[in-house]
Amino acid sequence: MSGNRTSKILGISSVSVAFLLAGCEVGPKQSTQTGYRGTGIVQIVDPKTVARGAGKPIPANVYETPADTGQRAREVYQNVPVLGGISADQFNHFMANMNNWVVPAEGLPASEQGCNYCHNPENMASDEKYTKIVARKMIQMTQSINANYTAHVQQTGVTCWTCHRGNAVPTYRWAAGLDEPRSIKGNKRGQNTPGIASNGYTSMNYDPFSGYITGPKAENIRVGGGVYTPKPGVSTQSTEKTYALMIHMSKGLGVNCTYCHNANNFQSWTNSSPQRAVAWHGLRMTAATNHEYMTPLQGVFPAASKVVSYDSARLGPKGDVYKVNCQTCHQGVNKPMGGVSMKDQAPYLWPAPAAAPAPVSAVIASRQ
Amino acid sequence: MATYQNIFTQVQLRGHLETGVPLGPGNEPRVGKASVSYWIGKIGNAQIGPIYLGTLGTASIFCFVIAFEIIGLNMWASVNWDPVQFLRQLPWLALEPPGPQYGLKVLPPLAQGGWWIIAGAFLTTSILLWWVRLYRRARALGMGTHVPWAFASAIWLFLVLGFIRPVMMGSWAEAVPFGIFPHLDWTAAFSIRYGNLFYNPFHALSIVFLYGSALLFAMHGATILAVGRYGGEREIEQITDRGTASERAALFWRWTMGWNATMESVHRWAWWFAVLTTLTGGIGILLTGTVVDNWYLWAVDHHFAPSYPATGVVDPATLPAGGTQ
Repeated sequence: MSGNRTSKILGISSVSVAFLLAGCEVGPKQSTQTGYRGTGIVQIVDPKTVARGAGKPIPANVYETPADTGQRAREVYQNVPVLGGISADQFNHFMANMNNWVVPAEGLPASEQGCNYCHNPENMASDEKYTKIVARKMIQMTQSINANYTAHVQQTGVTCWTCHRGNAVPTYRWAAGLDEPRSIKGNKRGQNTPGIASNGYTSMNYDPFSGYITGPKAENIRVGGGVYTPKPGVSTQSTEKTYALMIHMSKGLGVNCTYCHNANNFQSWTNSSPQRAVAWHGLRMTAATNHEYMTPLQGVFPAASKVVSYDSARLGPKGDVYKVNCQTCHQGVNKPMGGVSMKDQAPYLWPAPAAAPAPVSAVIASRQ
Repeated sequence: MATYQNIFTQVQLRGHLETGVPLGPGNEPRVGKASVSYWIGKIGNAQIGPIYLGTLGTASIFCFVIAFEIIGLNMWASVNWDPVQFLRQLPWLALEPPGPQYGLKVLPPLAQGGWWIIAGAFLTTSILLWWVRLYRRARALGMGTHVPWAFASAIWLFLVLGFIRPVMMGSWAEAVPFGIFPHLDWTAAFSIRYGNLFYNPFHALSIVFLYGSALLFAMHGATILAVGRYGGEREIEQITDRGTASERAALFWRWTMGWNATMESVHRWAWWFAVLTTLTGGIGILLTGTVVDNWYLWAVDHHFAPSYPATGVVDPATLPAGGTQ
């Protein structure tokens, strides 16, 4: 074989190898065994991806959180039904922090940043702007999550920043897709659409959320039967929907299947890791949040026809409100914002558990 | 001596084109004139045609084209007849079977899986006609019927996946969608749904025969190429009149692994491995969901898989307050 031919073949092969490997992430990975030996329960992470996923740093406290002393907010301001019981100093401090978390100065037109995003500057007590109604509901939602869902958020909890990260509308949200047409034109049967954020590049259901996390309670995903006894009514097709939801969780948290499951038998709880129980509570939390706090805002958000671009739309293509899923808070990491709690910045967002049924504590037994 | 040492056939014979043996009564004439293709000659016989089309072949191709068109046009329609999106999304597009609400309804609404039934019927007809055609052509040439029976094994798996098992389960929704990634996603979901097909012993056998087929193919192909310089590619002659190529090939394997297949028996090995791949695979699929619902638990039950120590995690839904949140 002549040298010329050799170099041509080498050239072609190196180009094709580069092409074939274009989708791979080069560089060393970190692998940690998290389960019983020999079961392949390992977390593999790419440090570069983790660094990229860290996102914006948590904003510093605007100023030191004031003590809960002095006049109450309701004594100083009108129309403060939710946070009227905290001190006026804390209330002012919270308003300044919220500006930073939700509508910071950078990158927004003057009408959409700072206090004026929710308030009429002429009358701060007025509820005339829909954003104020939404914000109030969201504060209640935050308090409810921190009080009732410690099985999922533990003592770390959430604040406005956990979802918003400096955006008026959280980046990761979902709304119902349009109904499939009755004809075959434009009919994807709810699947087979690449690049949808929810299910990655699979061909499975692009709306795995409706039903599972729309509430009032999250449906239990139990596709498996016994050894010989099938579970009636669960088809392989419906398994694909639960699978798509799992792909969303995997992508949303930046973890593999084995973060929660033993891949030898995905259904088995006794061989799963404790994280699976935490995730189970997370699904309940997400369903309740959508049912109790997002969906009731249906009439409050302006209609889709009134907004200029999709990015600023407050309602989904079908006209329903945008809702939360795992990625809304997690944003690609297993512990949102690296597991850092912002409680010191807004302690009143962690009220004592409501009179509602006591939350189920996480089922975490020590690993053997 | 001419060599077969390259990845391409280096010698192309040119002469009178071969028309084949005369056909007996009940046969139709072959179609088209034979021609020669230089590039096809690089990887096979340079002669193209004539082909025997016949009634069965024509009917089979007709049915296949209809099935292909139904699948392709449904996929194209699903992207609103956009040609660019059709090409971009093609690997993800599918013609899906009817949903579980239709059970085994013979013809659900066309856009809800009806087209899947029609496409499947035409594809199945096409494949079965092609099988009969293979059988009859083999007989017409006085050959054995090894090729059609091997094809029948593949048809068995095809029918189990798309017809027999869905019928036993009582729902077309159990069947496989037509589509590239969709059928792969179906496969993964199917395995997870039924407790991991890895622990299905027939699935395991199928994999053994599949990988074994590849191994046998590699060993046999390599052996024949390696003795090509002694005329080893003339395998049929070597079976009855063993020459130095056959001797060397046999000796090579006796030296390296102590035993060798013969020029004839290696083909029986290959045939059975190939046939058993889809035969055992079909049995494995047929038992899934109909007889066994969780293969991992079945395998633990039958001391076929280890059971691992419990992690202490309990299904939260089974706890007293589990449903309250």
